[in-house]
Amino acid sequence: MRRIRDMMRSRAGELLREGTVNRVLGWKNGEFYYDPNPAVFETEESLDGLVYNGFSAAMLSKYLIDATKKEGRILVFLKPCDTYSFNHLLREHKVNRENTYVIGVGCDGMLDIEKLRTLGVKGIKSLDENGDDLVAHTLYGDKTLARRDILLEKCLSCKGSEHKVYDELAVVDDPWQWDTLDRFAKVGELEGMTPDERFAFWRGELSRCIRCNACRNACPVCSCLKCVFDNPRSGVQAKSNADSFEENMFHIIRAFHVAGRCTDCGECSRVCPQNIPLHLLNRKFIKDINAFYGEYQAGADVEGKSPLTEYKTGDVEPSVVYERGGA
Amino acid sequence: MQKIGVFICWCGSNIAATVDVEAVAEAVKTEPNVVFSTNYQYMCSEGGQSAIRNAIAEHGLTGIVVCACSPRMHEATFRKAAAVAGLNPYMVEIANIREQCSWIHKEKSEGTEKAIILARAAVAKLNRNVPLFAGESPVIKRALVIGGGIAGIQTALDVADAGYEVDIVEKTPTIGGKMAMLDKTFPTLDCAACILTPKMVDASAHEKINLYTYSEVESVSGFVGNFTVNIRKRARAVNSDLCTGCGVCVEKCPSKSAKSEFNQGLCNRSAIYIPFAQAIPNVPVIDRDACIKFKTGKCGICEKVCTAKAIDYDQEDEIITKQYGAVVLATGFKPISMERYDEFQYAQCPDVITSLEFERICNAAGPTKGKVLRPSDHEPPKTVVFVQCVGSRATVDCGKTYCSKICCMYTAKHAMLLREKYPDTEAYVFYIDVRTPGKSFDEFYRRAVEEYGVHYIKGMVGKVAEEDGHLIVQGSDLIADKQVVIKADMVVLAAAIEPDPTARSLGTMFTASMDTNDFFTEAHPKLRPVESPTAGIFLSGLCQGPKDIPDTVAQAGAAASKVIGLLSKDKLMGNPCVAGCSEPLCNGCSSCELVCPYGAITYEDKMVIDHGVRETRRVACVNEAVCQGCGACTVTCPSGAMDLKGFTNLQIMAEVDAICR
Repeated sequence: MRRIRDMMRSRAGELLREGTVNRVLGWKNGEFYYDPNPAVFETEESLDGLVYNGFSAAMLSKYLIDATKKEGRILVFLKPCDTYSFNHLLREHKVNRENTYVIGVGCDGMLDIEKLRTLGVKGIKSLDENGDDLVAHTLYGDKTLARRDILLEKCLSCKGSEHKVYDELAVVDDPWQWDTLDRFAKVGELEGMTPDERFAFWRGELSRCIRCNACRNACPVCSCLKCVFDNPRSGVQAKSNADSFEENMFHIIRAFHVAGRCTDCGECSRVCPQNIPLHLLNRKFIKDINAFYGEYQAGADVEGKSPLTEYKTGDVEPSVVYERGGA
Repeated sequence: MQKIGVFICWCGSNIAATVDVEAVAEAVKTEPNVVFSTNYQYMCSEGGQSAIRNAIAEHGLTGIVVCACSPRMHEATFRKAAAVAGLNPYMVEIANIREQCSWIHKEKSEGTEKAIILARAAVAKLNRNVPLFAGESPVIKRALVIGGGIAGIQTALDVADAGYEVDIVEKTPTIGGKMAMLDKTFPTLDCAACILTPKMVDASAHEKINLYTYSEVESVSGFVGNFTVNIRKRARAVNSDLCTGCGVCVEKCPSKSAKSEFNQGLCNRSAIYIPFAQAIPNVPVIDRDACIKFKTGKCGICEKVCTAKAIDYDQEDEIITKQYGAVVLATGFKPISMERYDEFQYAQCPDVITSLEFERICNAAGPTKGKVLRPSDHEPPKTVVFVQCVGSRATVDCGKTYCSKICCMYTAKHAMLLREKYPDTEAYVFYIDVRTPGKSFDEFYRRAVEEYGVHYIKGMVGKVAEEDGHLIVQGSDLIADKQVVIKADMVVLAAAIEPDPTARSLGTMFTASMDTNDFFTEAHPKLRPVESPTAGIFLSGLCQGPKDIPDTVAQAGAAASKVIGLLSKDKLMGNPCVAGCSEPLCNGCSSCELVCPYGAITYEDKMVIDHGVRETRRVACVNEAVCQGCGACTVTCPSGAMDLKGFTNLQIMAEVDAICR
């Protein structure tokens, strides 16, 4: 990762210097080593603060909505999975491609701080990352870890190392590769439950929601200028809850709103401070869409129709609900 | 502040028997802004309508709720009545307390409770109604008929005779359809070709009719009065303008192993072929799967022998885009597949055939030149067993639950023709019931039994087995209450008929609804039998349900008269219940544009002022003349910027809230 970071710093510096770009969107150190923040760099000197490590999970695509409205061109670093969301934003005309310069950066999979904590790793000062081998320098001494044990949920079912869109690449020739898991395994498990069990599962998960809106803010698809939940005409804006279930509806409605558009970037679950597995709702939609309309990956390309906004004469009939044993 | 009147209809005893109309009228009085409520025996009668008009004047009503039958029955009636009294017609709401309430409840208490809830929902919606005003749209004075069988031909002729242009799109290389395959027609036994071919010629010669054969509808957009249709004219590989129809190419073609579709696969045809002698247009088509030139690049004999230089191997499909005011679906039928009926040995024994195959065998232009011969050994059969209701009125999965309607009559015809030509051949007919409700139909059937000595056996055939060159038919005779075994030489299966498989995709394309059997549904089963529920789409012939030739021709004429009624108008009143975009909320994401089936939404860059911020944004714009108010955009829009006039999200939520109160 360090090799890639050095490439990023030097190319960004060159591009700023020669005037190809006016700004650079990357990550800078946060309060702790494990929380690098998205940041805009405007000068070559400031690029010394550009960081890229196993904790640079935050997707930068969505920041381009506002960033590309400004005069001039912005350089953005996108990991392979981030390019899907970037494509989706292009498809919905949210991002100005002409004002963007995309450097696709290689990725060894991002780390889950919660998993590190569970392993008893605390007080991280820095990491030495070398493929699967990882040494955490902490306040309490060095710890040797296997990267595959501490990957983020979304990285366990990585979409692959291919960048779907880029102007140039900053990758290494010999990237670390890891075995990915079936992303629908947990969905299948939930489908196997009785309706009552499933309801209880989701009530248990969603009842923890504090409505901080982090999922909505991080989601590259939730990019409405004004969310329906904030729309005074919807009649639900700033409304107090009638019962404890109403809060749950927020996530169910949000899942419907992003259905057919969700790129499965996993940011919703990653940013949730309550660790609600929100991505499972979206993956259920993706699994069904794949079954009914053929394999579809939102953001794989910019053009072309998406299954839920297209009619085809062979489309699945509503009776499929009964065929699948629903009521 | 609204002033709402509520009118509850008894519909004779239709509603009043299961709904306490007095109680409903009393209950709605306390609803917000309701100033008047009453009940009446027949709201749709002149007396009921005048009660509405008087109440509007007397109480200064700003909107009315009529609790009565489905809005599909009388919404227009009550809107007109309200308009006469000076109300905007869109300030009328219907609460359906008949189809959705009184007819489905037995307990009066339940019916009454539900009627009150439905009335409350309608009041809640009406409280959020605003007057709406309809625009106008022009009518394109041309009709499209899909399907070139007798139904399509007759509709086209009738519409064209009224002076309007008609295009027929037929997927096979010729018009004529299934009727062209028939030998004789019941109950008069006149020759099908003799009565059909003059109509085919009339259609092709008519200056107002344009034929697109070997063509299919590719896609459609637009709405009543203004459809835009893309027609794929498939490449014949023969230039129709140059071809003289001499037939030398067909004769000289060395590839003669393709099955003749027209003769039901009973004989072969060449790779370049004209389906039958009277085909229209009389232009051959090259079957690319069978043609040696297309398969191997060698041959080219047809090109060499064609003196008109009409053969064109490089010809490509052509897409023709045309506009139409009305569309007639006349897609016809096909017999169901007999492959799954193992008990009749259809797939195993060549001498077990379908009725349509028998029709070709009887025909002078058929594979046996009209001699009834067994397909297996070309010997004349001595005993023929006809089995009716194969797949019709079925209770098993591979059949159809409905009666195919035509089989009783054509089986009687077949048996009669057989006995007429070969008096020493015995004919047996197995039947469940013989159904002959038509002019001169029962007389026809009795002639078969009484004059021609056809043996009718009430009962079904359980098994057909081949034995020593004969077919052993085992069946039951329900009247004699015994098993019968007949040693037959040929078995003819009266296969059930089903809609042509292309109907389903066309139904989806034109949003013409279908029933569970894929027959197109009518706007009303009794009162609007030739119209689809989708405006501007009409139904002709068997695609709507099983029927014989006289019924088909009658219905084709009826469909034509509806088309003429539409095309004779210069302008249609539009529907004011169209979508609209709230620009400050619009994201410019294009979801609505992609989902709109009518192409009514475009995007423009507009200056938007949002809480003091002025910026140019990409926002959706609805073309109100094109929008049909389907609402797909409103449910697709993630931010709720799209809303449907007359059915706004707030109105619908108000209804839901009122129901859940």
